[in-house]
Amino acid sequence: MFRRSEQDKRPQVEIFVDGVAVAARQGDTVSAALLASGRDARRSTAVSGAPRLPYCMMGVCFDCLVTIDGVGNRQGCLVPVAEGMQIEIQKGKREIGK
Amino acid sequence: MSRDYDVAVVGGGLLGSAIAWGLGRLGKSVAVLDEGDITKRASRANFALIWVQSKGLGMPAYTVWTVRASEAWGRLASELKQQTGLDVSLQQNGGFHLALGEDEFGQRADFVKRMHNQVGAADYKMEMLPASEVKKALPLIGPEVSGGSYCPLDGHVNSLRTFRAFHTGFKAFGIDYFPERPVSAISKSGGEFRLTTPKGELRAAKVVLAAGNANQTLAPMVGLHAPMGPTRGQIVVTERTMPFLPHPLTTLRQTDEGTVMIGDSMEDELDDRALKLSISGVMADRAQRMFPHLARLNLVRSWAGIRVMPQDGFPIYDQSETHPGAFVACCHSGVTLASNHAFEVARMVAQGALEPELVGAFSASRFGGAGAANNSGY
Amino acid sequence: MTVAPKREAYDVVVIGAGPAGLAAAATSAEAGLSTLLLDENIGPGGQVFRAIASTPVTERNQLGADYWVGADLVRTLRASNAEIIQRATVWSLDRNLEIAVSIGGASAFARAQRVILATGALERPFPIPGWTLPGVMTAGAAQTMLKSSALVPDGRTVIAGQGPLLWLLAAQILRLGGRIDRILDTTERGNYFAALPHAFAFLTSPYFVKGLSMMREVRAKVRVVSGVTELAAAGDGQLASVSYVAGGKRETIPADLLLLHQGVVPNVNLAMAAGVEHRWDDLQLCWSPVLDASGNSSVAGIAIAGDGAGIGGATAAVVRGRIAARAAVEALAPAAAAKLAPMAQLRAELAKTERGRMFLDTLFRPAPQFRIPAGDTIVCRCEEVTAKDILDAVAIGATGPNQLKAYRRTGMGPCQGRLCGLTVTELMAQARGKTPQEIGYYRLRAPVKPITLAELAAVPKSEADVKAVVRG
Ligand SMILES: Cc1cc2nc3c(=O)[nH]c(=O)nc-3n(C[C@H](O)[C@H](O)[C@H](O)COP(=O)(O)OP(=O)(O)OC[C@H]3O[C@@H](n4cnc5c(N)ncnc54)[C@H](O)[C@@H]3O)c2cc1C
Ligand code: FES
Repeated sequence: MFRRSEQDKRPQVEIFVDGVAVAARQGDTVSAALLASGRDARRSTAVSGAPRLPYCMMGVCFDCLVTIDGVGNRQGCLVPVAEGMQIEIQKGKREIGK
Repeated sequence: MSRDYDVAVVGGGLLGSAIAWGLGRLGKSVAVLDEGDITKRASRANFALIWVQSKGLGMPAYTVWTVRASEAWGRLASELKQQTGLDVSLQQNGGFHLALGEDEFGQRADFVKRMHNQVGAADYKMEMLPASEVKKALPLIGPEVSGGSYCPLDGHVNSLRTFRAFHTGFKAFGIDYFPERPVSAISKSGGEFRLTTPKGELRAAKVVLAAGNANQTLAPMVGLHAPMGPTRGQIVVTERTMPFLPHPLTTLRQTDEGTVMIGDSMEDELDDRALKLSISGVMADRAQRMFPHLARLNLVRSWAGIRVMPQDGFPIYDQSETHPGAFVACCHSGVTLASNHAFEVARMVAQGALEPELVGAFSASRFGGAGAANNSGY
Repeated sequence: MTVAPKREAYDVVVIGAGPAGLAAAATSAEAGLSTLLLDENIGPGGQVFRAIASTPVTERNQLGADYWVGADLVRTLRASNAEIIQRATVWSLDRNLEIAVSIGGASAFARAQRVILATGALERPFPIPGWTLPGVMTAGAAQTMLKSSALVPDGRTVIAGQGPLLWLLAAQILRLGGRIDRILDTTERGNYFAALPHAFAFLTSPYFVKGLSMMREVRAKVRVVSGVTELAAAGDGQLASVSYVAGGKRETIPADLLLLHQGVVPNVNLAMAAGVEHRWDDLQLCWSPVLDASGNSSVAGIAIAGDGAGIGGATAAVVRGRIAARAAVEALAPAAAAKLAPMAQLRAELAKTERGRMFLDTLFRPAPQFRIPAGDTIVCRCEEVTAKDILDAVAIGATGPNQLKAYRRTGMGPCQGRLCGLTVTELMAQARGKTPQEIGYYRLRAPVKPITLAELAAVPKSEADVKAVVRG
């Protein structure tokens, strides 16, 4: 859906999405990194299980909810990636203990 | 609005709605007059417990009345489901009141003893359980939980969906719901009540005042008396999470949607727009001590509601001597008692007289002079 | 880098680091007032100057000269004594000007003598069938990714809607080598006539030349369909096609990405929760705060600047930020105000930046069918409530958004009504034959952004607070 412009010379950052290593760039938000990765990053909603992807990328819509380093329901579009970050695509309601 | 009705119900909250629905169910023609979108409406702000334990210290009749309501709720839920297709998510598998630390446990144990010693009250098997027993039912409790009281009759419901189900049911029963029609005056002439609203007058053979705390001002218009002492309650609610709580607690419950509601303060403040963060802070702190895993959950909203609270905490059901056909109903715990309102109170209003053996104790004549101490036990 | 505010109390706390907030904080600090700037984003800039201090887009002309103005604002502010905290989400502001802010998962509390809200705007909801499908995003979302990560659309891309930002985004995408297959312009034909009386002001405004050349640049490369009167996204769990009607003819085109935009509206949540009075703006079709000429709101001590005060654009936002800050300085340290640009000069500048606004607002007033959906189109994305559900609620007696909420849970999800509120108001107004002002809005309360239970639990509490909660 999206690709990186060649002029982007930022250093790489390695994150893990459902356990798989994904190359992101320093300064990416988690949502941007997921959309750039080309992976299926669709979460499913807590209400009906409908698939969703980020909609606003500015912290408003909460369609970017994702589990980051074991904490569920975080707004991926507001959180910058960090080396070794563990991302899980969230399916449905937030799990107990996450 | 010139049509005449058998009954005009003033107030479209849970009380007025349950009574109106019950009257419609008996084939009466009913009009419900209500305020508009911005109003103090406890029926939108409540905690949705169907709660028996701790109700009625100081008034055994209230215990009996509450137990009756709890027992009739299943019937109400299934009639609403049948009529409207709406499942109100009734769950009545017992509820807990948890104590943090030994002092609270001791206080609760004393309270349970006083309840049991009260003669004339229904026995509803409220008992104290040590933390080890509580843990069997609620495995995620934290180390500070010292135990709690348990009552098998307690439960909860989706009270907003109940509210919607009543209003949806109005249509099927041919009940007219008139929002944005606050009643400012009521008079009786020619055997008919005339109710003044900004959009004209409405006439009815009978009138039921169910306007919450506003009953205090409306009641004297028809020779009734309803001394109120409202309080404010704050509630916070989390995002949806997987089910973890099989029983409701007095101050914490998981809704059928998955959100966790955390309640609820008791304050003298009566402004429902502003919140006191330090008070919700205490609620949040206690909730995370009861269930440590909740600490990381996100809170998405909070609100304050004004409790409809008769001055001594017990319900008021009364009928007018001077204006026959005029009734008043108000109480805290309008969720718990909704079944009684829909079935019993509606039946009594339809037949024209309250039955003393059922609701005689709740007459406002008990307020001799100044209001007694608040004893709702809620 | 998660630092709490250094002090417990400030002369001025500015919330939001977009053009208005950057300018306000710099002005206030320059006058010597203790100033704190709180902003939710990773870096300063807000939406317009998003990632201004970190963007990987190095070819300056690709983002345009207007973008780089933000760099000067940030430089000026950083050179001042203002304290700046990023990734700081304000979740409560009350009438006593007490602020609760979430920083790095913990809450901090601060008091202010003056608060300047510069929380900006958000994109107007665009509730068409299928707008919740993965692959449908706002144009602003694509622009955010472009500025902060140099990401451009790659698959089959359709941009739909109207307004200056849409053309700017299209130009930026093309300059960075991204793909756009088609632009669907939803501007109502009638709007051109309605806007005509305001055209003179617009022709002499700075927008005109810039706007025109940008549209020319885009049209040279992308097929633009104007007069689009219907729009829908479709697909099974993922966007597959976009269908539209233009000139009475329906067409369906395959698409991987649909970017929607029909203007921006003030972000009112924090201001409303603080009790600031708002009114429905019939031209801009949104809630705007009631403000005096210096941006002061109905709550003593709270001023609003920038698009949160009513949509005016970035240049106006900068000036409004300076005006609000100057007013704060005049109130708190009158002697220091002499250092600043005089109020009369600022007001004159503002008037200049507002030239042409009427024209834009009239021309780009979104059509009713794109604001007020029907049938099973989702209105509330969080709780998945449809237009039909809302009409059903009206039929059983909901007179406004708050009773609707009780019946249907609209606005109860994590976005707290930001993406359904305007639609709900307008839909109910239409259904009930009332004005949006009569229908009203959700009653908003803290937390205006979700916070953890632990954060709320950390609020300082008194013995009396505990008594209000604990009962035997
Ligand atoms: C924080 C909180 C927690 C609670 N938790 C529980 C619980 O867990 N379990 C439980 O059983 N109960 C609970 N309750 C209580 C329960 O919500 C109330 O008992 C119930 O909603 C009362 O219903 P009501 O119809 O009397 O009042 P309301 O819902 O307040 O309705 C009164 C109606 O009258 C209308 N009105 C007022 N004046 C006029 C007029 N002049 N003309 C026409 N209409 C008028 C108002 O607009 C309103 O619609 C709680 C309440 C609060 C505030
Ligand atoms: S994408 Fe909308 S909140 Fe993150």
